Amino acid sequence: MAELIPGIDSSQRHLGFVWGPGDLLAYETQYKPTGAQHAAQSCPFVHVVRKDEDIYSPILRKLFNESHHIFVGLQNMKDDVPISTRDTALATQYGNQVSILLAVELIWNLCEVLFIEAAPAGSLLLHLLDWVRLHKADVDEKAQEVLQSECPAEHQAYWDVTVCYILQGRIDEARQILLKQASQQPAARVTFKLMDSLLMKMPIYNPGGTQTLTEFDVKWRRWHQECDRCLQDNSFASHPHLELICKILVGDEDTLLEQREHLSTWYHFLVTRLLYCHPTVKPTELHYYAQASMDMFLDGRSAPEPLDSILLAAFEFDIHQVIKDCSIALNNWWFVAHLTDLLDHCKLLQSHNLHFGSNLREFLLLEYASGLFTHHSLWQLAVDYFDHCPEFGRVYLELQIERVPLDTERKALKVLRICEQRQMAEQVRSICKIMAKKALRNNRLGSALSWSIRAKDAAFATLISERFLQDYCTHGTFSDLDLIDNLGSAMLLSDRLTFLGKYREFHKLYAEKQFAEAARLLLSLMTAKIAPRSFWMTLLTDALPLLEQKQVIFSADQTYELMHCLEELTTGKVAPETELSMQEDNIEATKIELLRLALARNLALAIVKEGTLEA
Amino acid sequence: MFVARSIAADHKDLIHDVSYDFHGRRMATCSSDQSVKVWDKSESGEWHCTASWKTHSGSVWRVTWAHPEFGQVLASCSFDRTAAVWEEIVGESNDKQRGQSHWIKRTTLVDSRTSVTDVKFAPKHMGLMLTTCSADGVVRIYEAPDVMNLSQWSLQHEISSKLSCSCISWNPSSSRAHPPMIAVGSDDSCVTYGGKVQIYEYNENTRKYAKAETLMTVTDPVHDLAFAPNLGRSFHVLAVATKDVRIFKLMPMRKETATSSGPTKFEVQIMAQFDHHNSQVWRVSWNITSTLLASSGDDGCVRLWKANYMDNWKCTGILKGDGSPVIGSSGQPVALSAAGGSSALASQNALNGVMAGRKKAQLMPG
Repeated sequence: MAELIPGIDSSQRHLGFVWGPGDLLAYETQYKPTGAQHAAQSCPFVHVVRKDEDIYSPILRKLFNESHHIFVGLQNMKDDVPISTRDTALATQYGNQVSILLAVELIWNLCEVLFIEAAPAGSLLLHLLDWVRLHKADVDEKAQEVLQSECPAEHQAYWDVTVCYILQGRIDEARQILLKQASQQPAARVTFKLMDSLLMKMPIYNPGGTQTLTEFDVKWRRWHQECDRCLQDNSFASHPHLELICKILVGDEDTLLEQREHLSTWYHFLVTRLLYCHPTVKPTELHYYAQASMDMFLDGRSAPEPLDSILLAAFEFDIHQVIKDCSIALNNWWFVAHLTDLLDHCKLLQSHNLHFGSNLREFLLLEYASGLFTHHSLWQLAVDYFDHCPEFGRVYLELQIERVPLDTERKALKVLRICEQRQMAEQVRSICKIMAKKALRNNRLGSALSWSIRAKDAAFATLISERFLQDYCTHGTFSDLDLIDNLGSAMLLSDRLTFLGKYREFHKLYAEKQFAEAARLLLSLMTAKIAPRSFWMTLLTDALPLLEQKQVIFSADQTYELMHCLEELTTGKVAPETELSMQEDNIEATKIELLRLALARNLALAIVKEGTLEA
Repeated sequence: MFVARSIAADHKDLIHDVSYDFHGRRMATCSSDQSVKVWDKSESGEWHCTASWKTHSGSVWRVTWAHPEFGQVLASCSFDRTAAVWEEIVGESNDKQRGQSHWIKRTTLVDSRTSVTDVKFAPKHMGLMLTTCSADGVVRIYEAPDVMNLSQWSLQHEISSKLSCSCISWNPSSSRAHPPMIAVGSDDSCVTYGGKVQIYEYNENTRKYAKAETLMTVTDPVHDLAFAPNLGRSFHVLAVATKDVRIFKLMPMRKETATSSGPTKFEVQIMAQFDHHNSQVWRVSWNITSTLLASSGDDGCVRLWKANYMDNWKCTGILKGDGSPVIGSSGQPVALSAAGGSSALASQNALNGVMAGRKKAQLMPG
């Protein structure tokens, strides 16, 4: 279980660590009680340690995506719809996969047969035969080779294929291939005919038929006795191959064990044994035969492997044990999580008296989804899994979605959408704030502003508006005009932002030569106290060109108000806020004089204009 | 588990702490060589050192990142009795091309009279707050009232714990049901004061931190502690690194209205205790979802602990050094990838063995 970190001597040094997203960093260090200082040689490496994880496997990507699709479909399925997994695309996805997936497929199919189909005695064996045949496809390859050869009966693999067919209970195919041999040996015609008739008469249970299991059993025993008699009579003594087949038909244990190579696995041995000894096996008897078969087959030659204990647990109908063993043996929670979810939906977890049934399902799904979250794109699948974990799904999602790196705007928007759909207000605010801060650091004021608005962060919006205004004062132009022009109701987020928006509006009106409107707006910015005091000077300076137009724009009343504002400004300045140099002082004074002059002139013109009756 | 990558950190002395930033794309390391290095992870997964600078005049014990909402901010603490706050400034374009960035010191906190042993930022919902603890037994909580101006920090609270402090941990829960809570661990070998873990809680009325609980069962020196992420539970989970690994469950007891002004009373239970390290345990840390706890001990191992759905804790992994010091001035890792590769497949082979005679042609090699 121990993983070795190269280059570090554990007897001399401590191992420091820190958790990362999906990994652990380990480094050499030396811990000491507080205060002690020392100098020491060091191993300069920081090691990134990861769990053996398949989430990075491109092959499994497709699998994860498919199973996600099916998972979501399953959650949305109504309860009374019978669930059949034979329609799922899962089995077909496997195709050319690594052996671990083959193991998974094997286990999954067995679970289907035992737990979901829940076949009773009679059909049970038929399903198990299907299961074995599905996982032993090499026979067909060999058979093809043999049948396509010039003289199949003399092909070296001929009898291998024949025996394999028999072992798998593929009687018709066995009969077919035996015909080839029979035609080559006319002298032994009678013997071959006998074999053929035995095979033909072999009873196969028909679940849909009218025959009861008992009737079938009786028939089968009779057939079994007939086969045995043939052996006793030495009917096949002259043909060792046919005799071998007959011994198999009779279910002779030793003979079957001798076929180890053809069977290759203990569970094939188990199913063959059942076929020829006890075809009416009941589900409850299965585990006894399974254990015995495994012991006989392995016979101390090799120790049982994890896969073996998983299959045994399945034969014992111990779902809990299957799940437990799968969790240990398999690297990724994928299989276990999905299997458990499926079983839970079939109400099988409860029926097996696991009082923590649905908690177990949730526990495993949370594990699986958390594992997906560390992947740069699979994390999106994980979201759906969390959605369907009623107890802890939401809080797990909240915790983990915050950690998704916001590399690009697009990714940030994707994450945001997920949070907004689920009313995760705090996460939305936090993500927007992080993006706003990042934009501000890189001096992208427009981006920063739009993120602050989205975050509904009034304080930050104020700050950025100030920056915009400062920029204007310094450079005389606004950046990001598009954004400011289209603020709409977002303007109301903060006073400073409102001012920024309205101020820009003033500039637009002026550019469009709507002077009267512009003038009115400018004035209202000061009188309605939307503009900060510090900006009034700039606004008044902006009024100058309006005052110096040929036509009178500001009315008399408006002019009085402007003068009032100017007075407020100048009298209010008891002590300068900042140290102004002599030169700046002079500039200030000149500006004020200019304004006073312009205002006075405008007042005069306005009074005259308003006093004159227009025709 | 396998070693995916090894980064030559290039510190001239022992590394004392490594800290990932919030998103796991940046990393900071600090060392007895008095410097801090910042690393950035590229898209291909490689780490590049983008800054390296001298931070203190003594060994730097810990380094930690602030929440990205506050920008790119680091804090470090040192044997030189100070803690410092650093901010990254966006550099010149040619710096960016060279892949370098600049960090400047925003403030130095000099209140401690002894080595500052730990520095942690408080949970972000409390604002930008920095906490330090020292060997002089004082825990100090500083706040930057204006998050845009990181040179202004004010000392808001001083908690005198009377014992030399080695570690602090904030309860990360932002639930309104719990007031801010901080755990302080002491590695004082003094035996007269029983509990070496103290829990302080903020009181809204008095605007001060008051001691809510002392874990009296922890009598040996404590080297590290860590609150687990809350996950919507009504109780708190605290892991403690002492002569063994201990996980405590703290259940707030319902307050009677009469005494609602005092700190919360807790019922303390021990959830798990592991002495597998068979020696002093120096660090404990939770992963993000609090499903895994890692601990590092005197035996030179890092162990991973996990609870199953029945709340039974088990050790699920061990990391240890392979015993061979890396020799060579080039510092190049020797045969690291080989060691990494083979162990990755080792656990898969467990299921491979039985697959004889099944679609052999399509099996991947190894």
